[in-house]
Amino acid sequence: MNLAIRDIRYHRGRFILTSIGLGLLLGVVMSMGGIYRGLFADALAVLDFTKADIWVVQQDTNGPFAESSRIPEDIKYRIQAVPGVAEASPLSFQTIQVERMDKPFRFFLIGYDLNGIGGPPEIIAGRGIRQKHYEMVVAKAMRMAIGEKIHLGLNDYTVVGITGKVVSSGGDPAAYVSLADAQDIQFKKDNDAIRNDRERIGANLAAIQSLSPSQAKFLKQNIAGITESTHTVNTVVARLEPGANLHEVQERISRWNHFRPISVEEQTKILTKGMIEKARMQLGLFRIILLIISGVIISLIIYTSTLDKIRVIATLKLIGAQNRVIIGMILQQSLLMGILAYGIGYLLILLTYKNFPRRIVLEAFDLQILFVIVIAICMISSFVGIRKALKVEPAEALGG
Amino acid sequence: MYAIEVDNLTKIYGKGETAVTALQDARFKVRPGELVAILGPSGSGKTTLLTCIGLINEPTHGTVVIDGTTVADDGWHSGIDLKRMRREKLGFIFQAHNLIPFLTAQENVMIALEINGLTRNDAKIRSVELLNALNLGHRINNYPTALSGGESQRVAIARALANRPKVILADEPTAALDTENGKNVMDLLKKLAVENHSAILVVTHDHRMVENFDRILEVSDGRITGEKNNREAG
Repeated sequence: MNLAIRDIRYHRGRFILTSIGLGLLLGVVMSMGGIYRGLFADALAVLDFTKADIWVVQQDTNGPFAESSRIPEDIKYRIQAVPGVAEASPLSFQTIQVERMDKPFRFFLIGYDLNGIGGPPEIIAGRGIRQKHYEMVVAKAMRMAIGEKIHLGLNDYTVVGITGKVVSSGGDPAAYVSLADAQDIQFKKDNDAIRNDRERIGANLAAIQSLSPSQAKFLKQNIAGITESTHTVNTVVARLEPGANLHEVQERISRWNHFRPISVEEQTKILTKGMIEKARMQLGLFRIILLIISGVIISLIIYTSTLDKIRVIATLKLIGAQNRVIIGMILQQSLLMGILAYGIGYLLILLTYKNFPRRIVLEAFDLQILFVIVIAICMISSFVGIRKALKVEPAEALGG
Repeated sequence: MYAIEVDNLTKIYGKGETAVTALQDARFKVRPGELVAILGPSGSGKTTLLTCIGLINEPTHGTVVIDGTTVADDGWHSGIDLKRMRREKLGFIFQAHNLIPFLTAQENVMIALEINGLTRNDAKIRSVELLNALNLGHRINNYPTALSGGESQRVAIARALANRPKVILADEPTAALDTENGKNVMDLLKKLAVENHSAILVVTHDHRMVENFDRILEVSDGRITGEKNNREAG
């Protein structure tokens, strides 16, 4: 006869409620693991979808995901000419926050060369960008409809397609526009600002006595042309030809002034070790604390439950029950509680993880490890109750 | 052969100056089928005597022989498996019946049988037989909370009888019952002693019940101070 099951059957309300409580706690532990994995997935999303072998960024910087990186757009031609490079394409990144439906609306805008790499990985509704201007593809998570317009910089942009789950390393959903549009949004000034700049340049040049009026006019036009140029990008990504040596290509680009070629491996390290390391450690620590709390709670529940059964245990000992009968009763209850709580936690997270504001990635391996840890915690926790039970004297069954 | 043989049984709690002699030089024998009362006031040592015979409390001196097996001989007899002896040779009935609250009446009887190695099916059959014999056939699926005091005590008796023990030890089995139920339980014990050929040793301070016993051992201040044989007197 399974005494653990009989006890649970009799006290099922208490057992289920306790397991639900514990299940909620384990659900939080699972969600922490999912957020942890989600941080990785988010951090690497753009890197993975771009499928580039080299990211060329501003010298002495860690690239556009870690800090500000500005390089001229036309460097792509020079990179493309490096032996071993099959394709090079400029990319622009910026985080934008605007008001939409009276709420802050934040997203990560990626500008890409329509004939190059780094565009939307897939189109799940609508179409890709076909015109050079005023069209955009947005991630599904932005919840924008096809045909919807949004005002960015100086112009309105129309959503023509929806892509999947692309996010920035910070977890903001991504939107794609043409590189020219992205540059305009980022750098193009309005007419007042342009006039103001030109006047300032003109006034500065007029102050230089050695310049003739015609020279000053000529210089003013050229300087304005440079300052009003929007042909700056954050990175140029490149794909290598099959069999090309990555290190050789990197070495060659490194020799140029002002540029740093970052491999995917280095970029991954920058994104994971640098940017999300603290969040990862915090989540890891939080998970450990929650698991310790779960262990303490299970121990207390099992210990209290054992105290409630002192007379039952004494009676069982008096009628000659072997220790294994008593140990089995306590251990099985603890394990059943752990398994039920795990199931409840898993169900909870399975039903809700899509509604979390940040990506939750549930990996089978993590869940299996957590299950093993929960079982271990249940076994260790039940030792407290078992120790108490084994100390109970049969004589405690006597008396009124 | 006697079911219980107690000789020079002494139990001392504590050591040195704090030592308390709870039982001293107890000596008696009980035949199979005999219903014997241990009568005495509170603190006289009657429960200590019961626990020493019930293999719960280790005697300090003296010998205890149960169904021909020496279990204590100035302390526990070496190599004796106390739990096995309790399972196979002894049955216990308590004042508060001590039924396991999360088991039904039938399961409370079955647990004693399964602990003793019976298969689930055999335990089921035997438990139904026992509960039917004690007029509890209609209560087999009830939990102890749904049983009256008398019914609970009868389930406890069924559990004590489950493994056909040679000795049944009862600690104040009628103390928590009213007069009628107490009498019914005593009649039942008397009947079982004869039918099952078990020696039944009952600790009681209830003088109303003494006429039901074959023999009465009077205990006072840790000593057996008197013995009355109802069967011979009758």
